[in-house]
Amino acid sequence: MNNIKNRAAIVGISMTKFSKDSERTELYLTCQCIKAALDDAGLTPDDVDGLVKQTDDASDEHAVTSSMGMGNLTYFGESRWGAAPSAMAMRAAMGVATGVANYIVVYRSVNGASKRRMTPSMRTSGQMSTSDLLQWTFHAPFGHMSNAGRVAMIVRRYMHEFGINNDQFGWVPTVCREHGARNANSMFYQKPIAFEDYLKSKMIVEPLRRMDFYEEADAAAALVVTTPERAKDLKQRPVYVLGAAQHMALETEELTSYYRPSISGLPEMGKVGEKIFAMAGVTPKDIKCVQLDDSYGPFVPMQLEELGFCNQGEGVDFCNRGDRIRLGGELPLNTSGGSLGEGHIHGMNHVIEAVRQIRGTSTAQVKDAELVLVASGAGGPASGLILGGKS
Amino acid sequence: MVMEYNPGIQLLRPRVDFDNQGYWDGIKQHKLIFQKCKYCGLLIHRPRPMCPRCNSMDMEWVPSMGKGTVYSWVNFVYANAAYPGIKVPYLVVVVEMLDGVRIVSNMYDVPPDEIYVGMPVEVVFDDIADDLTLPKFKRREV
Ligand SMILES: [Zn+2]
Repeated sequence: MNNIKNRAAIVGISMTKFSKDSERTELYLTCQCIKAALDDAGLTPDDVDGLVKQTDDASDEHAVTSSMGMGNLTYFGESRWGAAPSAMAMRAAMGVATGVANYIVVYRSVNGASKRRMTPSMRTSGQMSTSDLLQWTFHAPFGHMSNAGRVAMIVRRYMHEFGINNDQFGWVPTVCREHGARNANSMFYQKPIAFEDYLKSKMIVEPLRRMDFYEEADAAAALVVTTPERAKDLKQRPVYVLGAAQHMALETEELTSYYRPSISGLPEMGKVGEKIFAMAGVTPKDIKCVQLDDSYGPFVPMQLEELGFCNQGEGVDFCNRGDRIRLGGELPLNTSGGSLGEGHIHGMNHVIEAVRQIRGTSTAQVKDAELVLVASGAGGPASGLILGGKS
Repeated sequence: MVMEYNPGIQLLRPRVDFDNQGYWDGIKQHKLIFQKCKYCGLLIHRPRPMCPRCNSMDMEWVPSMGKGTVYSWVNFVYANAAYPGIKVPYLVVVVEMLDGVRIVSNMYDVPPDEIYVGMPVEVVFDDIADDLTLPKFKRREV
């Protein structure tokens, strides 16, 4: 068997409140959040034998184990950047499926808004990776460094090829804020926006506006993964990993994949979609709701296309007026608000929300949400999950 | 309207290393050159140690025709999301060279309301500082 369908289940989840200033260190948030996820599952730190984190997370494994009293780690690994959340869950699923560990905690903690840090993260330590070197040498001298600019370049070409007007990108942030406004944990609780607010939003890098981009947040999230057999003895209804995949292709870069034949799509996400649907044995029509990477709103319609929910170039029409993508529509997306409407912790909240939907505890609950898709890493190396309530 | 820099703010300089030095040496001499695989002939940008098609590490530098068209473009209009060393607004473009490779650069003197995808452009060399020359693009008459 060359896949991990039904070999792992998510049995515990936790998330701190999203805020502009947690007034806590990232390690504090990590420990608080992992403990709550273990409580949710009915486990203790003593049970934990695996940890998976995001590459640039400031909470190193040894600090977590020392704080929490985890004395028996047999597995620890990490995944990078925006592609991390689904990939971290996949890494944990692989860990329990192969038996190298039995209870693996996946965590992400970031004081992205307040920058309140216990230790400088890798990002500020002055190290230069090969991909940093490419950015600094061939993009930075031209003033092309910000994520906003990198994304806008891909979006401009997408608009050109499919005859899209940039005003049309406003429906995704509008719907995400509608969903986030229902969620007391969100930075935007009871703060919905109207489509007109998007049109008035400040132009940052043409063709994109401020509301096309996430806002930094302070928050942490954690989930606990074990085998389906062990899950039966725990407190919560298990949420099964039915499909999990990562993808990187020739010339894949972090938001600057400008050097390949076509740049008006997210081919890595397309490959992830093919793999997770095949692994889970389901089709896009079976999916009840999706938690897509909305760090950059215009990448949402592109993900709908790549994942097979509509044809190429039709993603913007799919989102038009929001009726198909909001709660009550045929494919509600980012039901906790996501990065645009809840807060940005590089997509970990999307995985947590998928679990909540299947448990039936979302603040924008979709009826019979037995199959939920999560996508992480739009615009670069990508990953994805299909989670289900039945094995 | 020529791109302007804010004096007193450090210019961002390329990180020249063994793999890309030939390219930047060429730019300094006002020559746009690209890396070419000596074995299979693949033209490559940006420079790298190995040919991704045939895995040869035997590379040479060949002159570009210097002409292309705008493949995509963005306009940095908001200073807080732009590099503070450059006065907003400024245009960043991806140019598709007639040689067959793409390059990220700036428009040297085209106003934002005149640029479009497909605009024919040609390279021009901007000597920004004694030790920094950048290849930029201007409108090309066809
Ligand atoms: Zn070759």
